[in-house]
Amino acid sequence: MRWIWIDRFTAFESKKTATAVKCLSQAEDQFGEHFPGFPVMPAPLILEGLAQTGGILVGEANDFREKVVLAKVPSAKFHREAHPGETLTYTADIVDLRPEGAVIKGRVTSGAELVMEAEIFFAHLDQNRSQQLFGDHNFVFSGELKYLLGLAKQAAQPQ
Amino acid sequence: MEYEAIYDKVKSTLVDALNVDDDQVTPDARLQADLGAESIDFLDIVFRLEREFGIKIPRGELFPESIFQGDPAFVADGKVTDKGLAELREKMPFADPAALDKFAADPELEKMGDLFTVNLIVRYIQSKVG
Repeated sequence: MRWIWIDRFTAFESKKTATAVKCLSQAEDQFGEHFPGFPVMPAPLILEGLAQTGGILVGEANDFREKVVLAKVPSAKFHREAHPGETLTYTADIVDLRPEGAVIKGRVTSGAELVMEAEIFFAHLDQNRSQQLFGDHNFVFSGELKYLLGLAKQAAQPQ
Repeated sequence: MEYEAIYDKVKSTLVDALNVDDDQVTPDARLQADLGAESIDFLDIVFRLEREFGIKIPRGELFPESIFQGDPAFVADGKVTDKGLAELREKMPFADPAALDKFAADPELEKMGDLFTVNLIVRYIQSKVG
């Protein structure tokens, strides 16, 4: 299953801020059942997109050496529903970046309208323990996320 | 900084970090048993306290990890050893002595979490900001 909930990065400033966009298409599976005849983007998937935007920002800060996992969402507010045909813009700003983890504040907009805002807390998995459990492989930043990382790097290039 | 001023800030920090109501946070409230804190919350609380008070909290200083992790010299048969208790007292000079004495009387590791109260955080911050 594909689990990528952002389409591309449009801005990326290492250790500070990242912006990504997600175009909502009627063809996406989630709209079939959520809800029949009244497609609404599921709120947790909007949050997931924001977490992916912020998670890559946090991962890049240490050259993807850390295994960055979503540890906690201390607060999230959903202001309105989002529907197919809209383009959501995810912005994540780093509040705190530490050896143990990081905190981001994020917001999701559609045009000028605020759709959702949240604070997300990421933890770096303990290096020694995750080495025992998972070996050297960084399972967080692999596969499809790597493709996005390339786009993040492109967005970070000076214009 | 006065105890009351620190207490008010610690209280609002815990309300935000743990999503609890104002009136649940009392000086004696235990972070885990009463306020429902989980392990990841302790890291979140440390980050927030640093931002709120503009201080640096070295890893393991407010919530010492060495004993939690079951070091055999500190923990035996599910109980904290005398060496472990000495370590606790040394690492946590900001803990309420009466609470430490109570724990020492029956030092089951599972009950160690009860030492971590709202009051303990306030006393720790007091020791940092003077």
